[in-house]
Amino acid sequence: MKAEAAQKVKTAPRTGADLLVDSLIEQGVDTLFGYPGGAVLPIYDAIYRAEGSFDHVLPRHEQGAIHAAEGYARVSGRPGVVIGTSGPGATNLITGIADAMMDSLPVVIFTGQVAKGVIGTDAFQESDVMGITTPITKHNYQVQQIEELPRVVKEAFHIATTGRPGPVVVDIPKDISSKVHEKDVESTFHLPGYQPTVHPNPLQINKLHDALLQAKKPVILAGAGIIHSKGSEDLQNFAKNYSIPVVTTLLGLGSFPGSDELSLGMGGMHGTYSANRALYECDLLINIGARFDDRLTGNLEHFAPNAKVAHVDIDPAEIGKNVPTTIPIVSDAKAALEALNKRDAAKLDHQEWLDKTNKNKVEYPLWHDDYEDQISPQWLMKKVHAYTQGKSIVTTDVGQHQMWAAQYYSFHQPNKWVTSGGLGTMGFGFPAAIGAQLASPEASVISIVGDGGFQMTMQELSLLQERKIPVKVVIVNNQALGMVRQWQEKFYEERYSHSLAQSQPDFVKLAESYEIPGYKIETKEDLERVLPDVLNNDQPAVIDCRVMQMENVYPMIAPGKGLHEMIGVTR
Amino acid sequence: MKRIVTAIVHNRSGVLNRVTGLLSKRQFNIESISVGRTETEGVSKMTFVVEVEDERKLEQLTKQLNKQIDVLKVSDITDKAIVARELAMVKVISNPQIRSEIQGIIEPFRATVIDVSRESMTVQVTGNSDKVDALIDLLRPYGIKELARTGLTAFTRGHQPQVAEIKSYSLLK
Ligand SMILES: Cc1ncc(C[n+]2csc(CCOP(=O)(O)OP(=O)(O)O)c2C)c(N)n1
Ligand SMILES: [Mg+2]
Repeated sequence: MKAEAAQKVKTAPRTGADLLVDSLIEQGVDTLFGYPGGAVLPIYDAIYRAEGSFDHVLPRHEQGAIHAAEGYARVSGRPGVVIGTSGPGATNLITGIADAMMDSLPVVIFTGQVAKGVIGTDAFQESDVMGITTPITKHNYQVQQIEELPRVVKEAFHIATTGRPGPVVVDIPKDISSKVHEKDVESTFHLPGYQPTVHPNPLQINKLHDALLQAKKPVILAGAGIIHSKGSEDLQNFAKNYSIPVVTTLLGLGSFPGSDELSLGMGGMHGTYSANRALYECDLLINIGARFDDRLTGNLEHFAPNAKVAHVDIDPAEIGKNVPTTIPIVSDAKAALEALNKRDAAKLDHQEWLDKTNKNKVEYPLWHDDYEDQISPQWLMKKVHAYTQGKSIVTTDVGQHQMWAAQYYSFHQPNKWVTSGGLGTMGFGFPAAIGAQLASPEASVISIVGDGGFQMTMQELSLLQERKIPVKVVIVNNQALGMVRQWQEKFYEERYSHSLAQSQPDFVKLAESYEIPGYKIETKEDLERVLPDVLNNDQPAVIDCRVMQMENVYPMIAPGKGLHEMIGVTR
Repeated sequence: MKRIVTAIVHNRSGVLNRVTGLLSKRQFNIESISVGRTETEGVSKMTFVVEVEDERKLEQLTKQLNKQIDVLKVSDITDKAIVARELAMVKVISNPQIRSEIQGIIEPFRATVIDVSRESMTVQVTGNSDKVDALIDLLRPYGIKELARTGLTAFTRGHQPQVAEIKSYSLLK
């Protein structure tokens, strides 16, 4: 069908917009997340002509489009594609573009622009998309001539998806998308300034191998780079061959099975004691595809103070940025792991270390309170895990519920965990779940959101209604901006400034107004009754789950503190 | 420490914005930037004089620049044998009586007078930044009405002495 549609377009008048649509088809785009408007009318007309070539998803706010595209990219590894109009359409996309940049997600964004002749005159719905998006994109283009459009689109997809993935914006003036073009256009490109190093330097691999043979306390820090490079199996082999315990970052969850005996869980601000202790005490830290974010490292002065640091990253600029590195390895994570796995993994002598990390794991597990008559959010996460056997795609919003999901939904597989790590964008979780579900229609997708963040993008319930997208929304309703409230409790002497007093809609009625089944859950029994049912049908659902309001996320490293200064490790 | 860094860039629209934006976003202290076309069509060269705290900051700077798609090559040429020039124009308050005095001052700098009016004269000086600074300091007591500097532009000499330690910030080398 796709080829046929492409054929059809080719016989029609060839506008710039047609060239764009052809290029998208050539890139194998199957889903577009977009919102029309004046400056993209020619593009929407071309989309109309190319009906059937791909699915166009119309969110109810451009932010929904871009977060959906991010969710799509995160679970499929394919680029998310977004279209927005000029001016407000483009500016509504900004949060998502910044989010994709921080979390290295391949997203290609097309924005309409006013006609070239009026750019710079403060024309109606003009905004300086190039200026605004330059600091938050891997690269951006404003198409200057119709002839370059196909090449620019190809470059944009290439740049977004290779090396360290990231968002690329293509700004298309309206006169270019509407102009008719007769001749065939050349679309081959050459990017001499962009040649990512994919394969590791063997000498550096030797150095790491030597360091491994000498290490008494090695630990692996597994980041999302492993997932991007599809290197999870290689990581498992590597960790097993050398018997090295594995700490995952927030975004690296799923790169290594949480249930594996070598897994120490997540590190960082709300990481496990065993993970943070291992990072603190290790003598060799092997960072694979993580960027030493400050939420992971805590105070850098106390981060891995006695360790030799090896860092595998496809982005050379990440190596040595935050943590001095002895063994830099510029490489794709999978390629580096493959190279390491080819070396002789002579059994290392570090049983003592393994015993110690294991002991920490057993003696200081995550803990939480349980209540007779109320639901503790951690208990809720465990239940969600149990009922889905840890196999669902889980998206979250940002806040306490995000941390609890990260702590308690132990992932076995990569590409199942969709969360906003670097930017910490409230409003991300729900639209991201829609994108994730569209990318993998057969999967079970659960969106765990806070009562606050859900209200930022809940208008996308329309999409569930319209398309019968079976996303299950679980609102972890603590009737609070919980994470803010927790910080106010801990660091501002319980002055709950604007984190508690807020009204809420009736989420059940809200869901029902979109013809989506809604459930209000107040007791454990309610949940145990409703959740399995909901998970077993192929309908969307909104579950408003009331949880203990004053619950805190523990353990925790207070801001400015080191990994060895965790609080709330035990009850 | 002060470093001279050059970047060869693809002359596409937005590249200057991307590069300067990146420098300010990452809080690099730029003393001067100069940009101009090169011998190759479509390729420009930027010369930055930057003040960085330490080697690590400097490494970040070159890596972040290198990461930009339209940046073709980044070099820290501070420790190399280079030719570096900057041009400055200084409008000095001067009545006819002290004009010749000023002439005498600027002569050893091989600066030239390019404009004269009743109350002022404009001096043009070319050289490395220290030389330009030195002349400006000497002219300051007379009263500087206006000052414009181009920023430094530089490249390596045709012949590099073998002993010169050439710093490389590429991880691949
Ligand atoms: C767009 C945006 N605004 C503000 C914040 C700051 N912030 C971080 S967590 C949080 C509270 C979130 O509340 P809720 O969604 O109810 O989740 P909870 O922490 O209660 O689980 C806020 C306001 C943010 N991360 N993103
Ligand atoms: Mg809340």
